[in-house]
Amino acid sequence: MSEGSRLARFLVAPEFRLAIITLAVFTLMSMLSPERFLSAQNLTSMAFQFPEFAILALAMTLTMMTGGIDLSVIGVANLSAVIAASLLAAFATPDMTLAQSLPWLMLAAVAALATGALAGAFNGLLVAHFALPPILATLGTGLVFTGFAVALTGGSAVMGFPEAVAWLGNGRVAGVPVPLVVFAVLAIGLHVLLTRTSFGLKATMYGANPLAALYAAIDIGRLLLRVYVVSGMFSAIAGLVIMSRANSAKADYGSSYLLLAVLIAVLGGVNPYGGYGRVIGVVLAVLSMQFLSSGLNMLQVSNFAREMIWGTLLIFVMLINTYDWSGLRHARTSTSTSR
Amino acid sequence: MTLHLWKRNETLVAIVIVAFCVLATLSDPLFFSATTLTDLLRASIVLGILAVGAMLVLVSGGIDVSFTAIAVFAMYASTVLTLGVMPDLPWYLVFALSIGIGALLGAINGIFIAGFGLPTLIVTLGTLSVFRGFLLTIIGSERISALPPGMRDFSRMMIARGTTEAGSFYALPAAFAALAGTVVLTWFILHKTMLGRSIFAVGGSVESARRIGINVRATQFFVYVYVGALAGLAGIIHGSLGRMADPFSLVGLELSVIAAVVLGGARLIGGYGTVTGTLLGVALIVLVQNSLIVVGIPSTWQSVAIGVLILLGTGLPAWQARRAAARAA
Amino acid sequence: MSEVHEDAVDSGATVRMRGVTKRYGGVTALDDVDFAIEPGEAVCLAGENGSGKSTLIKILAGVEQPTSGEIMIGGRVRSRLNPRVSAAAGVMVIFQDFSLFPNLTVAENIALPTMRGTRRKLFDRRRARVLARAALERIDIDIPLDARVESLPVAHKQLVAICRALASNARLIVMDEPTTALTEREVRSLLDIIRLLKSEGVAVLFVSHKLAEVLEVCEKVFVLRNGERVAEGPATDFDAASLSRHMTGRDVPEAPPSAVDPTADVLLEVSGLHKEGAFRDVDFTLQSGEVLGISGLLGSGRTSLAKALFGLVKADGGSLALGGAAIPLGDPLSATRAGIGYVPEDRLTEGLFLTQSIVRNVAIGRLDEHVRGGFLDLGALVIEAREWLSRLKVKAPDIEAPVKSLSGGNQQRVALARWLSRAPRVLILNGPSVGVDVGSKADIHDIVRNLAQAGIGLIVISDDLPELLAICHRLLVMKNGRIVDEIVSGTVNEDELTHRLAS
Repeated sequence: MSEGSRLARFLVAPEFRLAIITLAVFTLMSMLSPERFLSAQNLTSMAFQFPEFAILALAMTLTMMTGGIDLSVIGVANLSAVIAASLLAAFATPDMTLAQSLPWLMLAAVAALATGALAGAFNGLLVAHFALPPILATLGTGLVFTGFAVALTGGSAVMGFPEAVAWLGNGRVAGVPVPLVVFAVLAIGLHVLLTRTSFGLKATMYGANPLAALYAAIDIGRLLLRVYVVSGMFSAIAGLVIMSRANSAKADYGSSYLLLAVLIAVLGGVNPYGGYGRVIGVVLAVLSMQFLSSGLNMLQVSNFAREMIWGTLLIFVMLINTYDWSGLRHARTSTSTSR
Repeated sequence: MTLHLWKRNETLVAIVIVAFCVLATLSDPLFFSATTLTDLLRASIVLGILAVGAMLVLVSGGIDVSFTAIAVFAMYASTVLTLGVMPDLPWYLVFALSIGIGALLGAINGIFIAGFGLPTLIVTLGTLSVFRGFLLTIIGSERISALPPGMRDFSRMMIARGTTEAGSFYALPAAFAALAGTVVLTWFILHKTMLGRSIFAVGGSVESARRIGINVRATQFFVYVYVGALAGLAGIIHGSLGRMADPFSLVGLELSVIAAVVLGGARLIGGYGTVTGTLLGVALIVLVQNSLIVVGIPSTWQSVAIGVLILLGTGLPAWQARRAAARAA
Repeated sequence: MSEVHEDAVDSGATVRMRGVTKRYGGVTALDDVDFAIEPGEAVCLAGENGSGKSTLIKILAGVEQPTSGEIMIGGRVRSRLNPRVSAAAGVMVIFQDFSLFPNLTVAENIALPTMRGTRRKLFDRRRARVLARAALERIDIDIPLDARVESLPVAHKQLVAICRALASNARLIVMDEPTTALTEREVRSLLDIIRLLKSEGVAVLFVSHKLAEVLEVCEKVFVLRNGERVAEGPATDFDAASLSRHMTGRDVPEAPPSAVDPTADVLLEVSGLHKEGAFRDVDFTLQSGEVLGISGLLGSGRTSLAKALFGLVKADGGSLALGGAAIPLGDPLSATRAGIGYVPEDRLTEGLFLTQSIVRNVAIGRLDEHVRGGFLDLGALVIEAREWLSRLKVKAPDIEAPVKSLSGGNQQRVALARWLSRAPRVLILNGPSVGVDVGSKADIHDIVRNLAQAGIGLIVISDDLPELLAICHRLLVMKNGRIVDEIVSGTVNEDELTHRLAS
């Protein structure tokens, strides 16, 4: 009996619908620009482009699953990149060999991750200890982090890295684009974190019912702190990828990625009220958005129009999903119990 | 007792404002002059009108980040329309057009939020992009500096102007009356009409509002239409005073607006917010945005300052609420 | 839009329900219920949580629509009630959560529904105050009109809710558990008001499962159980014991437990525990193998005390020690680590994660114990969960299904399983069998007895007198925040117990 019900659950799951949508978008874009869309060049180009925002979407997914949101992901990404970039620009020159620049690269990477972790910890502290609503907390900290980045750079871009920096965003390993590998590792990592660790399960259940989590004696403060730290570190990695691909770091890179990250998470089936979300869904959503983006590019659609399409898509997806979520929202906000 | 606690937000902001002004005047004695005052008042017009609208949304229990997109859309669209169809339209009709467009866009938000019950933050994140994208793609992306005469006339209307003893020039545009009017109208709606009390009720407890027969959907719908209309007004004033219709402007300001509203005591959970508090919040943000340098903080730190203000503005009441909850049985 | 036709035959009854049924998905909340209340009549609607009484009032209020059946208000059939129509027809419901606006003032809360009814566009603050003051004076209560409702103590909030109903000149006032947090004096006032209302021709419907005082003013009693009407008749036909029997459906009282071994270890020592506004001077001990009951009228502080023992509420002072070791106050994590467990009153919002699977709900307490090399041993988790589910006889064919798919009794067992798997030394059960069918209730009582025999100390908070008599060795009675009475099992019967609780 459980075999049949498992299959039934699979077919009804939003991820299955999503797989169909992804396939549909791919097909549509292929039909609209067959030679260019299906070319090897385009496919690899896409594989280099999407990890930047995809990693941010992963960060957004984790915080959303706890019923919160991290609006500071861009700020953290840029700040981490700016700090890493500043270190590199100060201590490493563009003409250094790989061997010479390696220690500096390592230092920069560690600095970026540390920044992400600290920024995340600050977010976590505000949300868990001071009980700030995540929307406002991360709205504020996003400004603060971006502001620090502006202050550190004076508003301009930081440049002058050793060649090796470009490898993270533009290189290949065994023919596979490096950013894709990074994303794959992080995606698998998040999936494992959510489904196979105590932390991940607790985060999901907290999102499903924060009050019951309190009564179940879950250490909520520690949980939320770790959630935002992980989100911060993912954001930092995204920042490094962006930095590598742009060969520079600036306080305002990727400003349109915030909406995109939220859109992908929501499209991917993550419930913004918390308690549900699957990495595979987010991955499919990422692919859909990339196909859409590339396809639109080929059709000469402007950046502005793309923004409009994203916004429309977000609302459209919410409309469809609203029937799945209304039950969860009522469970969280209703106080009466007896029938 | 809670009135006391909550009033603390406003008084705290007032104290910070006074402290800031004192510090600024100490750094630069010319700070305390009619010129500075009128400059600050002028800077607070657009922000103020937007903030009053944003406050209304927060009171109703939602959050709207699309109002800047509505403002710039309404402004640019009315400018283009006027220039194209009726270039000699008097300023008040151009304004009416912008307000109308704003209200329409707000109604779109209203349909999704009030009609379909979608979560407010994410919906308005979406409509922000849709409105802005639509504006830049379909209506136009050129900066227009040859404004219709109606708008130019408005920008020249002044409430007060003159020269100070120190020899500097000051001028307070008539647009300030629009802010004053908005404030009075909104205050009236919130405190003197059943609709206004319903907005507070819905923000306080949606379920209870439903139970006493309040039409929650209609109330919410009104809120978003009203915010849209205010955004339209703010947008056209921005365009007139700035002597330019720039479709890339205004968006990005929403964070400052929300900071002002939150500082003024409005809370994300809904049901709380005052016009006075919002105005104080606007005053503080305007001070921070325009005068940090007088106190010795470089403008590159502006974002940080505003971010910190948001955190403090939300943090204090949230912290107090948590302490109160812990004390409760 | 909803009034259809006049029905001359029933023009007498203020409200009449015929054959009303309400189904939510697969669950039948009300089953073919007939109900009537006349003008000037006070009726008690009795039933436990889950009996359908809340559904019935929601339908009367127009908040829910019946699946089938007919409702007549004021002699006219109402085919599509909503809150506005219901209020206009003269039905005012005071729900358990009071439906107040915490952010608005007392005057606004009282006057708003009435002022809405007049369809006037403007809000006249002075008029609101006049209306509010009039309502407050009717029950001889003085609450500052400009105070924000959120700042009021619970008792005052309830009074505001009652005033709101009074202010709107209803023909039928429905009160859901009205006497919960009122003092003796306030209850007396309330009963006087009800008499006054009755004399004015207003009907009053009391929905409750605590009826000692209320039987004084009610003419009729109407008992619901599992959505069905099981008893109806004049109030004089009922007493506390018979009411309880009808509500729970138990005829045969369970045998009281045998005495505790006096030499058994003292597990829990509570001394001088106090919290302002909730309870004070709480001293008691709990032995291994003992089941200690704590009861009292709602509002006596017993739930606060139970939560304080577990750390969900932070006591202001006093000490708590388990097996001699002190437990820090106000920290559920320390309490859990020390070996205290707490099964909450409201399993739907506090106890369970409804959308999550049964396995997860059971295993949530033991996740950290199943970590191998950083990862969860899911296989071991499932095995352990299954073991507990079968030990507690939970009927769940698919343990990956969301826990909301289970019946109330099985859900409660899942909540118990979660805590039992943590092997607590002391287990606090708040309302262990609320909203659970009779068979499951008996099973849960057996579980409690078995746990006691295994040496666990149990504290049971309950209003269910037969339950307390059946499983507790000792019973503490709380009133106004203090322990006022201690009863040893076997020395009282149900009627005497009712008396001692109410006095």
